[in-house]
Amino acid sequence: MLVTEGGVPLVPTCKKWGLEMGLSFFSKHLPIQEGQPWALKTPADIISTVEFNHTGELLATGDKGGRVVIFQREPESKNAPHSQGEYDVYSTFQSHEPEFDYLKSLEIEEKINKIKWLPQQNAAHSLLSTNDKTIKLWKITERDKRPEGYNLKDEEGKLKDLSTVTSLQVPVLKPMDLMVEVSPRRIFANGHTYHINSISVNSDCETYMSADDLRINLWHLAITDRSFNIVDIKPANMEDLTEVITASEFHPHHCNLFVYSSSKGSLRLCDMRAAALCDKHSKLFEEPEDPSNRSFFSEIISSVSDVKFSHSGRYMLTRDYLTVKVWDLNMEARPIETYQVHDYLRSKLCSLYENDCIFDKFECAWNGSDSVIMTGAYNNFFRMFDRNTKRDVTLEASRESSKPRAVLKPRRVCVGGKRRRDDISVDSLDFTKKILHTAWHPAENIIAIAATNNLYIFQDKVNSDMH
Amino acid sequence: MFARGLKRKCVGHEEDVEGALAGLKTVSSYSLQRQSLLDMSLVKLQLCHMLVEPNLCRSVLIANTVRQIQEEMTQDGTWRAVAPQAAGRAPLDRLVSTEILCRAAWEQEGACPAPGLGDGHTQGPVSDLCPVTSAQAPRHPQSSVWEMDGPRENRGSFHKSLDQIFETLETKNPSCMEELFSDVDSPYYDLDTVLTGMMGGARPGPCEGLEGLAPATPGPSSSCKSDLGELDHVVEILVET
Repeated sequence: MLVTEGGVPLVPTCKKWGLEMGLSFFSKHLPIQEGQPWALKTPADIISTVEFNHTGELLATGDKGGRVVIFQREPESKNAPHSQGEYDVYSTFQSHEPEFDYLKSLEIEEKINKIKWLPQQNAAHSLLSTNDKTIKLWKITERDKRPEGYNLKDEEGKLKDLSTVTSLQVPVLKPMDLMVEVSPRRIFANGHTYHINSISVNSDCETYMSADDLRINLWHLAITDRSFNIVDIKPANMEDLTEVITASEFHPHHCNLFVYSSSKGSLRLCDMRAAALCDKHSKLFEEPEDPSNRSFFSEIISSVSDVKFSHSGRYMLTRDYLTVKVWDLNMEARPIETYQVHDYLRSKLCSLYENDCIFDKFECAWNGSDSVIMTGAYNNFFRMFDRNTKRDVTLEASRESSKPRAVLKPRRVCVGGKRRRDDISVDSLDFTKKILHTAWHPAENIIAIAATNNLYIFQDKVNSDMH
Repeated sequence: MFARGLKRKCVGHEEDVEGALAGLKTVSSYSLQRQSLLDMSLVKLQLCHMLVEPNLCRSVLIANTVRQIQEEMTQDGTWRAVAPQAAGRAPLDRLVSTEILCRAAWEQEGACPAPGLGDGHTQGPVSDLCPVTSAQAPRHPQSSVWEMDGPRENRGSFHKSLDQIFETLETKNPSCMEELFSDVDSPYYDLDTVLTGMMGGARPGPCEGLEGLAPATPGPSSSCKSDLGELDHVVEILVET
């Protein structure tokens, strides 16, 4: 079902969405030492991934400089009901460092491609972070007590002179300032020849998979020196290579099922019970090409940049260059819903090919109830589509248009014809301001938007509950 | 703007543009733009080989586009080597990107919404284009090739490199192809041949890796199907060996 193209909102006012800004926004550059100016912006600060954990209490971001910053939602306080549930920095650490591959004479970027949280099993939190080649398991623990009253050591930790010890005492735990400690627990290296584009934790909580351009590996979280190759699409002759893997994800409930997408716009659902090497798909989801829209760029714009299962596990969401599509797992022939993100770019494809924007990989996200889908676009715009009402809205993540407590104003791109006052024309869109990474809180109407090196967190105070 | 063969009566600056394009009236504007797209794609493929870390997805998509164009041109019967003089004369004009290419091949109706957008973009990439120089340029994996030359020199070397590409296409000589790309070390793909089937664990010893690397300059008699890398094979497809 086609929805009216993005520039024209079907509802004249989107106040019903009423997205109010939460703690307005965070500049991505987080001071590593105190006193560092927040205005510092370096290419290393570009946010490369955003991910909520399973409860939504924590939000992790990764950047081009290999750092991970975790935000925590403050518990709602009765004293200040208006500042309830806002996110503050919880922890910052350096996850990956740049490396040099001596055999290939190539540098391995430290940019964090993906972060995935593990389901919480004890007091500690764990997450997987990956760059192009290496995946790391990090454990995040809190320390808010420390023992005092040692017998053999003094307050500074120096050994006491035994002659001064006249009696024995039992050390007691005293409260201290909260300290968040992060330590690398596992390093999964040397599993990939090509660049890792996605990781996904299995619902069994014991295994996870990592996918690069041509292969997908299955790992056990406790074993770092072995992985199983479950998909391999590398042709015997590299000159026959015409298709690569672009994204992959485990099914949220069925631990044997996973999906991977390709640069030709197809999705393959695989069952690990069928064979050790899942080169033969169980289901192939592919939409036949529309012959009336065929051009030299058809294949490029059909390349799927992201695939996400719905929370229910019944549907899949895919993003290609101009659209987002909802697929029913039971129907392989075509998507059940197609939404135009920025169809006005269809006539600009040649220019976008020239400046490489056509290769931008946008992500997509479901809300907690699978009723709304969201994806980013250019000019710091992001789009939301309500699957039930068929309404859509374009919003902007920018400092200028966002003040605390303000309601986000819907934006509109005009493609000629009647132009309203605040409309943006297609030709004045800023293609360097792209929103590639977005995330939606698993239960509430809270979204995280990464706009280059700025992180925006928006909360819908009016409609906190999912509907 | 490029309506099907009909000369439209326009006023103002459009008339000037039409006058300038009068010389191209005989050449189908579609094939011109298709050629422009082909040039652009070949340059992109070469550029991504120069970058430190080639993005495989992007390379594959561009290579597929080149293949598509080549197939269509073969069907049209328009696939022929371009004379070097033509390449040298107007490579900049060729990079004019228009929106016609964005539509279906047979659908040439309507005016381009913003031809200015295409023109505006022409200058940018051309002047920014790094020296896509011949294979003799030394490899600097760390330094960015964008900083190597000034804009004027960029144009010169861009002319030269396109010339080389077209020259080799014309002669259809595999060995010329190899000379063009011979120094462009492609350890990325060579090593992969060695490391095929590497599944998290077994790592080849240093000697195996070195043996797997192809020599930098293969002999003139060796065929293009040596382990030179994907780019060579893409060009080989164009050459139709």
